[in-house]
Amino acid sequence: MSDFMKVSSNPHIRSKMSTQIIMLCVVIALLPTTVFGIYNFGQNALILVIVTVLSCVLFEYLFDLLVHKNITIKDGSAVVTGLLLALNLPPNAPWWIGVIGGFFAIVVVKMLFGGLGQNFMNPALGGRCFLLLAFTSIMTDFATDAYSGATPLAALKAGEHVNVFKMVTGFTSGTIGETSMIAIVLGAIFLMLMGIIDLRIPGTYIVTFVVFIVLFGGRGFDFDFIAAHLAGGGLMLGAFFMATDYVTRPITIKGQYVFGILLGILTGIFRIFGASAEGVSYAIILGNLLTPLIEKYTMPHAFGRKGGMQR
Amino acid sequence: MGARGTFTGGIHPYDGKDLSKDKPIKDVLPKGDLVYPLSQHIGAPAVPIVQKGDHVLTGQKIAEAGGFVSAPIYATVSGTVKGIEKRRITVGDSVDSIIIENDGLYEEVDYGVCKPLEEQSKEEIIKKVQTAGVVGMGGAGFPTHVKLSPKEPDKIEYIIGNCAECEPYLTSDYRRMIEEPQKVIDGLKCVLALFDNAQGILAVEDNKPDCIKVLKELTKDEPRITVKGLKTKYPQGSERQLIYAATGRMINCDQLPADAGCIVDNVDTLVAINSAVRENKPLMYRIVTVTGDAIADPRNFRVRIGTNYHELIEEAGGFTQEPAKIINGGPMMGFALFHLDVPTTKTASALLCLTKDDVSASKEGPCINCGRCVEVCPGRVVPARLADYAARGNKEAFQKHNGMECCECGCCSFICPAKRPLTQQIKSMRKMVLADRRKKS
Repeated sequence: MSDFMKVSSNPHIRSKMSTQIIMLCVVIALLPTTVFGIYNFGQNALILVIVTVLSCVLFEYLFDLLVHKNITIKDGSAVVTGLLLALNLPPNAPWWIGVIGGFFAIVVVKMLFGGLGQNFMNPALGGRCFLLLAFTSIMTDFATDAYSGATPLAALKAGEHVNVFKMVTGFTSGTIGETSMIAIVLGAIFLMLMGIIDLRIPGTYIVTFVVFIVLFGGRGFDFDFIAAHLAGGGLMLGAFFMATDYVTRPITIKGQYVFGILLGILTGIFRIFGASAEGVSYAIILGNLLTPLIEKYTMPHAFGRKGGMQR
Repeated sequence: MGARGTFTGGIHPYDGKDLSKDKPIKDVLPKGDLVYPLSQHIGAPAVPIVQKGDHVLTGQKIAEAGGFVSAPIYATVSGTVKGIEKRRITVGDSVDSIIIENDGLYEEVDYGVCKPLEEQSKEEIIKKVQTAGVVGMGGAGFPTHVKLSPKEPDKIEYIIGNCAECEPYLTSDYRRMIEEPQKVIDGLKCVLALFDNAQGILAVEDNKPDCIKVLKELTKDEPRITVKGLKTKYPQGSERQLIYAATGRMINCDQLPADAGCIVDNVDTLVAINSAVRENKPLMYRIVTVTGDAIADPRNFRVRIGTNYHELIEEAGGFTQEPAKIINGGPMMGFALFHLDVPTTKTASALLCLTKDDVSASKEGPCINCGRCVEVCPGRVVPARLADYAARGNKEAFQKHNGMECCECGCCSFICPAKRPLTQQIKSMRKMVLADRRKKS
């Protein structure tokens, strides 16, 4: 043994949880809904998932090369972004939609702002909203061999009757990963058990949304109507997997409740009063933009101090 | 505001206490020279009162306190003063130290007869603690007699015995409570004798049910002492968190425990107070846990202050594997040693030898804003943001966001999945801010 030993500042032990493990867990948690989506919609869904994930990873790699930064794809965040983006695409979209969406999500929303941890909105949702505005007809065409046209939410908005049981199990039309409430909740439970997400944001989000549609939905306390709104569209995927995105939600605990309530109200407004049947994506990216403000006003009171900040 | 027995935040690291907790404390006789750094406490260094060539006895004073906030130092063996020279201490500095060659006879001074506690005046008790050189043995090394002399003694309502021992691997307080519980209680009684309006609380983490049972049994006829089980969680033994868990009162970083009517003393400190007050004995021993997966026979030792760390490793059977890191203290707040050739001081508590160094094994990545540091922070601040301000040298924002409230417990660095050195960054910034404040005043 040498006379001099290694030193470092305390603490000298570290927990086993790492960024890679977190990303891996999110990917695992998304598998049930991904597998179900591919089973439900068929081959084109599989191609879209693979193309989108690969292009996200590739764009991050190329960007790192181009700007002479360390290659960051090993952290796994590009895979998560790619998978979430793919799950938000219509199942019959052409493959290049995934490539363009991946480019916007990774290069424009994430890497140009400094990479992992620096993006101001959820990259997958940023990519999706870009696609929705740029390729509206492709992104809103949910007709496949198995299902005709309108999503259950659109049908609901048009005042038609919807089959809530099919919406919960997922045998309806919609984006690749949003249809099965069961598969999404299964993944969310896994993430909660692993201590990666908690119910603060999804819980307040969903509860606020339910209160909102009871008050303003025009149907009062109609169980079928509420259930259809919960199971339909991107609410479950958004609440458990997008709104809980670490980087773009407030870091403060009080702020997370505020964030959840805000998303519930925004989603309610967009779905009930908006022209489109869906509103989760826009609600979440708007919430993302307000995150710094929410954080500022919800700084915790330090131990033994009154008020969040010292003058 | 009730006492909840816990606080918000905190972590549950692997505790490693099983390595050493079931083996009785073993006495260590020093083999080589003993080294007594003149600065083993907070405050002015002690002033030597012996010269090269002097013969000293065990328990003889060899250095006088250098002021009110200071503490005297005693010889822990009999022998000859070899000199007063600079020697390296645990933190790496070289400080003036008295060196004594052990004659192996352990001739002890006569401590005289002691009046029973009831007949001693408050001034006498405090004087005895001061004379004995007792300092806070939880790690800070603040002279105990200063702590026992608050401005308004009548306003002290709780004397809290810090028996939490929340640092992983450490079992010295545990062994002390199992082997000599009466001494801990008697020490607490000495402090209670100083404060007429105070109640004593022995605050023990509930991972030590045997200690709680023994202490409860021994204090069942003591109306002024209660034993309180606290939730097992690091950093339960951190002073401010402990006060909150035991009494429900909260103090911030600018306040002293006395501002909340509390005085907190560690287990070993209480035992040292007891010896000082009831036996006139100075502080000469320390229980040190020598442990870690690199140690052949991990256990606790009763060590004479001044004993070289090499000897403690030898006593514990040496290394089974080469240690990657040796820590003076626990893994959360301890200090990594770069050299073993240092003496045991009054504030030593453990020598932890780990074969794996988590810190150099983990690669730092960018913050992903996960908020784990916020959830575990017992100081209720936002470590991720504070570390950013620290990295940018933004002292104003750092202080505005309560950076000075950090107790440097290390929870944020421990939990961070991106393996950022949050505690280190915040700690450095706190030092800079404190230095600025000192300059101004």
